[in-house]
Amino acid sequence: MATETGIGASVRRTEDARFITGTGRYTDDINVPGQTYCVFVRSTHARAKIKSIDTSDALSTPGVVAAFVGADLAKDEIGDLPCGWLVKSKDGSDMIAPPHPPIATERVNYVGEPYALVIGETVQAAKDGAEAIVAEFEIQTPVMDVASATQSEQIHESVPSNRSYDWELGDKAATDAAFEDAAHVTSLDIVNNRLIPNAIEPRAALGSFDAASETYTLHTTSQNPHLERLVLAAFVNIAPEAKLHVVSPDVGGGFGSKIFVYAEETAVIWASAKVGRPVKWTADRVESFLSDAHGRDHVTHAELALSEEGDFLGLRVKTTANMGAYLSTFASSVPTYLYGTLMAGQYKTPAIYVEVQAVFTNTAPVDAYRGAGRPEATYVVERLVETAARELNTDVAELRRRNFINPEDFPYETPVALTYDTGNYAASLDKALEYANYSGFASRKARSEADGKRRGLGFSCYIEACGLAPSQVALSLGAGVGLFESAEVRVDVTGSVTVMTGAHSHGQGHETTFAQLVSDKLGIPFENVSVVHGDTRRSDYGLGTYGSRSIAVGGSAISKATDKIVTKAKKIAAHMLDSEEDQVSFDDGIFTIPDSNESLTFGEVAFSAYVPGNFPLDELEPGLSEKAFYDPANFTYPAGTHICEVEIDSETGTTSIVSFVAVDDFGNVINPMIVEGQVHGGLAQGIGQALLEHGIYDSDGQLVSGSYMDYTMPRADDLPDFVVDTTSTPCTHNPLGVKGCGEAGAIGATAAVMNAITDALGVKDLPMPATSETVWRAIQGG
Amino acid sequence: MYSFRYHRAASIEEAKELHTTSDEGAYLAGGMTLIPTLKQRLADVDDVIDLGGIESLKGVMTSGTSMKVGGMAVHNEVAANATIDALRHLASGIGDPQVRNRGTIGGSIANNDPAADYPAAVLGLNATIHTNGRTIGADDFFTGMFDTALGDSEIVTAVEFPMPSRAAYIKFPNPASRYAVVGVMVSETNGNVRVAVTGAGTCVFRASAMEEALTNEFAAESISGISIDSSSFNSDIHASAEYRAHLVGVMAQRAVSQIS
Ligand SMILES: Cc1cc2nc3c(=O)[nH]c(=O)nc-3n(C[C@H](O)[C@H](O)[C@H](O)COP(=O)(O)OP(=O)(O)OC[C@H]3O[C@@H](n4cnc5c(N)ncnc54)[C@H](O)[C@@H]3O)c2cc1C
Repeated sequence: MATETGIGASVRRTEDARFITGTGRYTDDINVPGQTYCVFVRSTHARAKIKSIDTSDALSTPGVVAAFVGADLAKDEIGDLPCGWLVKSKDGSDMIAPPHPPIATERVNYVGEPYALVIGETVQAAKDGAEAIVAEFEIQTPVMDVASATQSEQIHESVPSNRSYDWELGDKAATDAAFEDAAHVTSLDIVNNRLIPNAIEPRAALGSFDAASETYTLHTTSQNPHLERLVLAAFVNIAPEAKLHVVSPDVGGGFGSKIFVYAEETAVIWASAKVGRPVKWTADRVESFLSDAHGRDHVTHAELALSEEGDFLGLRVKTTANMGAYLSTFASSVPTYLYGTLMAGQYKTPAIYVEVQAVFTNTAPVDAYRGAGRPEATYVVERLVETAARELNTDVAELRRRNFINPEDFPYETPVALTYDTGNYAASLDKALEYANYSGFASRKARSEADGKRRGLGFSCYIEACGLAPSQVALSLGAGVGLFESAEVRVDVTGSVTVMTGAHSHGQGHETTFAQLVSDKLGIPFENVSVVHGDTRRSDYGLGTYGSRSIAVGGSAISKATDKIVTKAKKIAAHMLDSEEDQVSFDDGIFTIPDSNESLTFGEVAFSAYVPGNFPLDELEPGLSEKAFYDPANFTYPAGTHICEVEIDSETGTTSIVSFVAVDDFGNVINPMIVEGQVHGGLAQGIGQALLEHGIYDSDGQLVSGSYMDYTMPRADDLPDFVVDTTSTPCTHNPLGVKGCGEAGAIGATAAVMNAITDALGVKDLPMPATSETVWRAIQGG
Repeated sequence: MYSFRYHRAASIEEAKELHTTSDEGAYLAGGMTLIPTLKQRLADVDDVIDLGGIESLKGVMTSGTSMKVGGMAVHNEVAANATIDALRHLASGIGDPQVRNRGTIGGSIANNDPAADYPAAVLGLNATIHTNGRTIGADDFFTGMFDTALGDSEIVTAVEFPMPSRAAYIKFPNPASRYAVVGVMVSETNGNVRVAVTGAGTCVFRASAMEEALTNEFAAESISGISIDSSSFNSDIHASAEYRAHLVGVMAQRAVSQIS
């Protein structure tokens, strides 16, 4: 059904009315009677032993209700914060995950790590109490440099050489052999800069304990409330899952940073029973900078072997990934299974070998951030390919095209453990070349040079593995949870529909997209579908939203549940029409049978299901409500071409992006407007990484870019008008043919920008972000 | 934020009285600097004295040879009503729309942030600062980083700019905050050339070598070779002292080009 609100229509986002008029309901908007306020006391030292913490003055501060230290949680057997993905080293040994108490007990390992909490009648009272806490530390030299972390002082007793694991993927011997045969080798040493996620809504938690029912309720800013509940129940020992109700209401952005289970909600939910009153915490912006899990932060040496003719023969990558001070919830998977597996890119490189060592430093934990591993992989592959083309004096587009996996090669098994189901990379490239007016670049460059400016063009032909994830694949690789998604489609008596999903929107517009999907499939008005999410007591166990999984996995679950509704409804219709089930057709909300004028609407059948007068009660249960769990058979593989054109002010080194083209293959698209919005946001972040954003610690471990005075968020005037379009090779293994679009912009854009800047400057590499001074220095020749 | 008493003064005299009698008082203009400082508990004051209700501190007025900006005039008012183009341009480039609707010229120069734009205008256009007790010349007003000649309870009531025959302001904005990494105001008034630089050093300053060169010949080329001593310049993650020194030259030349 192609209607104004059906699949393929750019329906305006229904949730936006409340978001932009200030009537959304976020965690901090929720207030409950008797509520108290929590303030965390955070380390100002990057590395120190805790000698003593004295809370007595805090406790006598007016308005202070309670003050706790890490030992208080330990006494109640509150567990450590776990890392949920077990990665193994080359030698088969398990990664080392150092103890991560929610509230530090013996030592603090990064600036911002909480070592005490104070609960007050007001935020101000709690802050007064926090200032009255007296702690003594033995300050130690922090480990700040990623590249030399393994040779630095040991941070955790259990982690020799500060190395969590030393992982590998691919065939080393075959790859080494490919390099021996190579006519040309391109190598690069690159740094993938640390980013800070900066969701517009800071993290928050409101914990309540109802003594009568012995039930805990946690409202928190989570991208995956069921996972939050699972970890708090099974690992942190708060309460059995059935006694723990996690609600994640409207969530204002996350980009991954709200996937994880953090110290703060753990402490708040625990403390609510301790003080017998609800406890609320909302991060201020400084806390967000210091304590949200950061992203990226890799140091990499990478080499590409090519034949005389320009065929890719082998790829060798050696990366050191910064984990920060502890292993955050999914940290270990990001530079391994979400990174090494993507090194084939869009190319037929026959031999690939990737080594990744994960190291600890005295910085905030690093975990998944929009793209999570795949932007880092794309950066490696696409910077290498572009550099190789320049070194070989061949056209950057043609070198790529020569090595593309072609449509007839699918399904294509890469040397790094993935099987791509479908794609048409040349189609995206061709379309992007046209938009970018590739052939006119030389004359545009000449014009810029006449004005004393430099102009450059850069490509990025990225691929991502999305729709996380086929559970058995993930579990065999060390995941601690299945990665299917749940759905329930509940038809109401009058034929309207409530959809429960385990995916959760933190800005993606699920209330619109999922409603479009269901209304289209059932032929009922879009307005008659409501989407419910973010509540462990309303949706079945699900895995939340990240990894561009919501439509591919969550949407597929909804589609399956909706199919079950249609199947049952047909049975009911057959009875009502005095026919057989296999005679009933359902189209556009109407049930018909052959050679008859009789028909039924979806609403009439729904009514009969709940008011079962004319209903086959001997064969069927009444009611019309179906559930589905969908476990994907494979990842999905969105891919595309991004082309960036920059112009550089030679006197100041300032880069302007004069054009940015993104042509992406997302398979089928439910709402093109929402998809375009997702691409815009991703591009802003990808460009932000290349030009503006940088999480910088100084050698003492202080976060220098710890506020908006210094951390450069991309703004509208930093960005050009994007040219965004799509191509489509529908996913072959999910019922909707969808691939997911949430991360593509952030995955593809960074390499395109840096390829353009290095092209303009005629340099091999430049550190990110390419600030004006960095570029100016490159122009000065040093 | 620590607790404080809030007062909304109806007159300059009342504001001053409240300030003098307070153990620790602070005037509140738009609060663009003061409120974040209080919120982060970086300041602990007993009395916040809001100047927002005092009519005589508002407005932008031009009379013949000078333009007078009230101490409480917000940046957007100056951006809309100033009769000196360079000042209009400067005000329109401060921060973001919210900041421009709240931030004031009095608050800006009283604060004397080394990266603020207005100090370059005040010094570069040789303005006179009017306070509730006296007038202070631009060359005497900015005494150091976050430091001015203002006395303890002294209020900036207005800033008076002589009408220049030509003036231009060019700023290289900090990509994050949009304050000036370097901002240069170049002007000529009654044959006197001024070049004031903000952002580069710990306090706004005049580039006298440039002023001399431009007095000889008002052209970008005359200052292109002048090297700037960067030994006391600011250095941070956005710009090293050396880069700032380079930018002073570029911004100054661009300002001169615009008006020559
Ligand atoms: C996000 C942001 C971006 C900004 N970007 C820029 C920029 O690009 N360029 C720039 O120049 N500035 C910038 N600013 C500063 C801003 O323009 C204000 O000028 C500055 O913050 C002062 O604010 P205010 O006028 O509200 O004064 P307040 O914050 O109210 O006061 C500041 C100080 O001045 C004192 N004070 C205020 N008025 C008077 C008076 N009349 N007499 C005596 N003392 C007084 C107060 O007691 C206080 O100590 C920015 C600020 C923010 C928050």
